[in-house]
Amino acid sequence: MTPPANSVSLPNDIDKELTTIADRYTHRRSAILPMLHLVQSYQGWVSPEGIEACARVLGISPAEVSGVSTFYTMYRRRPCGKHLIGVCTTSLCGMLGGDAVLQDLREYLSVDENGDSPDGMFTVEHIECQAACSQAPVVTIDWEFFQYMTPWRMHEVVADLRDGKEVKPDRGSTVRGFREVEKVLAGMELTEPTQPAVDDAMLAGLMVAKGKAKS
Amino acid sequence: MAAKRSSQKLRPIITEHWDDPNLFTLAGYQKVGGYKALKAALKKTPDQVIELVKASGLRGRGGAGFPTGMKWGFVPKKGDKPRYLVVNADESEPGACKDVPLMLADPHLLVEGVIITSYAIEAKEAFIYIRGEVPEAVRRVSWAVKEAREAGLIGRNVAGSDYSLEVTVHAGAGAYICGEETALLDSLEGFRGQPRLKPPFPAVAGLYAAPTVINNVETIANVPFIVTNGAEWFRGYGTEKSPGFKLWAVSGHVERPGIYEAPFGITMRELLDYAGGVRYGRDVKFWIPGGSSVPMLTAEHLDIPLTYEDLAAAGTMLGTGTPMVFDTTTSVVKAVTRWLEFYKHESCGKCTPCREGTYWVVDILQRFEQGDGKKTELKLLDDLSNQIEGRSFCALGDAAATPFPAAMKYFADEFDLATKTPVDKTFDPAATMLKSPVAV
Repeated sequence: MTPPANSVSLPNDIDKELTTIADRYTHRRSAILPMLHLVQSYQGWVSPEGIEACARVLGISPAEVSGVSTFYTMYRRRPCGKHLIGVCTTSLCGMLGGDAVLQDLREYLSVDENGDSPDGMFTVEHIECQAACSQAPVVTIDWEFFQYMTPWRMHEVVADLRDGKEVKPDRGSTVRGFREVEKVLAGMELTEPTQPAVDDAMLAGLMVAKGKAKS
Repeated sequence: MAAKRSSQKLRPIITEHWDDPNLFTLAGYQKVGGYKALKAALKKTPDQVIELVKASGLRGRGGAGFPTGMKWGFVPKKGDKPRYLVVNADESEPGACKDVPLMLADPHLLVEGVIITSYAIEAKEAFIYIRGEVPEAVRRVSWAVKEAREAGLIGRNVAGSDYSLEVTVHAGAGAYICGEETALLDSLEGFRGQPRLKPPFPAVAGLYAAPTVINNVETIANVPFIVTNGAEWFRGYGTEKSPGFKLWAVSGHVERPGIYEAPFGITMRELLDYAGGVRYGRDVKFWIPGGSSVPMLTAEHLDIPLTYEDLAAAGTMLGTGTPMVFDTTTSVVKAVTRWLEFYKHESCGKCTPCREGTYWVVDILQRFEQGDGKKTELKLLDDLSNQIEGRSFCALGDAAATPFPAAMKYFADEFDLATKTPVDKTFDPAATMLKSPVAV
């Protein structure tokens, strides 16, 4: 298979980095998921080249690695835009507004049948339940979390990303890009959290209980 | 509305300090008493810790409700194989939203619970398998583990004791099925996440075929409190068969969705009251006590105490204890179709009834959604559900067979209507939304 035109190569010392991941585990094959995340952090997808590198480092066949990588939805089979936007459309999110957000966003960004915007900035897809139903409808951008999403708020967020402005999700770290976050999932980037990642829904009961304690 | 209630039923215990801006740091956690339970546990023998948790009656919070102490007790302590603790932090059940918040707000509580649990089952290695789609939870738990290691609470000679433990944070890659414990083990071993046939149970042959305990995040978070306060204190909350307290994560058409912590035995009506009621003063149409995998209930059932036993008696299950509430604007046909699309998408493909059954059920339900269902197909859907249930390795198949029959029990007329009229004509999608689809 010829890699798509927009695919970049893996660095020359990829085996060395993959080996450091494998070395974390007594049973080295356990490293396969973080290793594939590392491949995506360079390429934005799991390329045949990446599959071969993982197979080489683990001493298993490329078919074995490919079998694993195609099972999990986070591993992409074609290069992803700079930002991956996932709109949850499982029952609750879908009906509370996720369907409308997704339909609107696809039109707004003029995405093609693969979900890519013409400028390569965004890849849009529907995602299944993010287990954050109290904050429905949920959208993730590079897996960072946005809650109670509406079409018009989505437009603002997308415009800010296009303009290179800092975009903060509703809890957690600033949106940086799909490839950047894959590095975190590979366990190759450990940064100190500096702010709490708590939102109103998480504190809903505590606030009611506290309010009562006062009266 | 809630303020008029005289007896306060909410009891923030796990969530007590979640509004503390420093709780997520080691120093902040220690300031509110963190890691004292670990030191107390290390003064007991591992078996004493197991006995304590058995006596507390703590049940698993991941959905099945299995007694935690008993699960720990199944792990053979003799033999030359290592023992492992694996934390199931792969929260993905539609409706569930409690484990990720816990990891974000209070990662050290999880870490402390992991160390105590590992000590009790005499494991030298623990894995925290976190859902890949939540990098923020991966960041926070990884950092908490690093802080604990640097403070001498993980690694060689935990807190100056003879006990040593390594903890590895492992990110998944997007597969609901990996919340099933044996699929999670396969995934952690580096394979496709597909469930294993039981027996052998993980307690005997789990991770790397060695004795393994797999516990849910919320379950583990209860452990430090039990160690600190004792089994009697814990049993002072809830009922005999459902002791303790729960993170009730309420979602859907309520004024203030979110986490409400209260002992078992609180009712949905009370939770609704705390959550500000159904939005715009509307009525409940249906609600699901614990994730889409358990049967739905209706407004008639709002006064059932939320316990394992009372919900079982009502023909449903506590599940993850995270109620989803739908008001009268909701199309039940659409909701069920979406859930089945979810199960079809997430079926791992190992078992034919689940893989093929979900395909056909979705195919038929989608036609109902378009107003193009046939009455004879209602029987077929029922038949298909029966053919899936109990015929797969794991509970995903059973879960997929749940929404349709449960919906038919209460809303058969709506499926009838969907043989003639598209559901979007009967139920305006804009009315179901959280906010008006037009910017104002």
